[in-house]
Amino acid sequence: MPKIKLPTKSPHIDMTPMVDTFAVILIFLLLTSQMRSPEPADVDTPFSISEKPTPDFNMMTFLLAPDGKVFMNFDNGPDTLLKFRPKVLNEMGIRYGIEFTEKQLREFEKFPSSVGVPILQMKEFLDSEDAAIRKTFQTGIPMDSTDNQLSFWILYARQVNPNIQACIKGDSKTAFETVEKVLDVLQEKNVKRFNLITNLEAAKINLEEIQQ
Amino acid sequence: MAEIIQEEKGGGGKKRAKKLLPHMDMTPMVDLMMLLITFFMLTTSLSKAKVMEITLPDKITDPNQEAPKISASRTLNIILGPNDKLYWYPGAVKPEDFNNLPPLMETDYGADGIRRMLLERNRSLAKKIDDFNMDVISGKIKISQDSVQGAIRLLKRVDDTGPIVLVKAYKNANYGNFVDILDEMNITGIARYTFMKIAWYEESMVETAAGITSTAKASAN
Repeated sequence: MPKIKLPTKSPHIDMTPMVDTFAVILIFLLLTSQMRSPEPADVDTPFSISEKPTPDFNMMTFLLAPDGKVFMNFDNGPDTLLKFRPKVLNEMGIRYGIEFTEKQLREFEKFPSSVGVPILQMKEFLDSEDAAIRKTFQTGIPMDSTDNQLSFWILYARQVNPNIQACIKGDSKTAFETVEKVLDVLQEKNVKRFNLITNLEAAKINLEEIQQ
Repeated sequence: MAEIIQEEKGGGGKKRAKKLLPHMDMTPMVDLMMLLITFFMLTTSLSKAKVMEITLPDKITDPNQEAPKISASRTLNIILGPNDKLYWYPGAVKPEDFNNLPPLMETDYGADGIRRMLLERNRSLAKKIDDFNMDVISGKIKISQDSVQGAIRLLKRVDDTGPIVLVKAYKNANYGNFVDILDEMNITGIARYTFMKIAWYEESMVETAAGITSTAKASAN
């Protein structure tokens, strides 16, 4: 019996459509997402029904860690050329008699996450390149009555950028005392509107069930 | 300038250019893209965080200035207690009543706890807001999405029957409790609410209700 010879097929599959799909997904992800900058403390925000999105700029965010440390972050404004961050640091430096070099101001400008460094250690913090060493400086902004650096940060952030809004990002487990202290400082500085950063959650109410 | 290159024609035999293989091996490219996609999926957050707005009253710095008066019959005090407990009492308590403080009602953060209690008191306004939302969804009222919030705000402003809620926090409460209670205000459509510092007699009310040894009494005497 003669052997039937099957035509040998090329082992290659055409990958072009797959490449196309991947390219589309990749471009979509690149355009829709923003990088998650590593925060100095892990924070699980509580849930609410609010659907208002976080503003993209003009906001100062207070990060309240579960261990009571307070960090602060603010942006460079709608245009990065405005350079709000180095301006605020400069004002802080003048207030505390510290002169920041051009390089340190630039480092502060591009630092991506919240800062919780006492102003006296800010120079060393900005000079150190290593992220692990930087983290050791992040001990929270001092805000007791003898040296209330947080209130100066708020003051200068608002002087430099009058449109700035206050946002509070706290962990569900953060003690309310910490929150109250920050609220107090803000209230003293005449900030009365806050945005509390939360995750979205659906809520159901049943009016018919409720008897008068 | 286009140049016409004349094909050289050899003598007899047809000489064909070597046919290029039309297939290119895309596998490394696929690998690379998969890697990139995985990287982006892991490092980015697609859902943007939402914000909840809250407005605090002016801080009273002038000792002669009196706090704004509100009617005691509409006042509802909610106190965030320790260990995720929640207490409330209606009306107002004065420091003079220290010897017979009203008992606190205990409730929880669930839908049958504080939400039910608030809805019962805020029924008329909640009904109006709910009806309005229903009319917008069903198309009875034609209104742009942006004006919906404004219209609800107007409904809240003209309301004069709902409770005025004062939220206070005992020292051991946490931030999650605070957000939860403000969220309940939004869910039940409470028109007037604010956050206040807890008074010392309210602290002792919580301590009585929760069975904590008192600290406020000692400082008061």
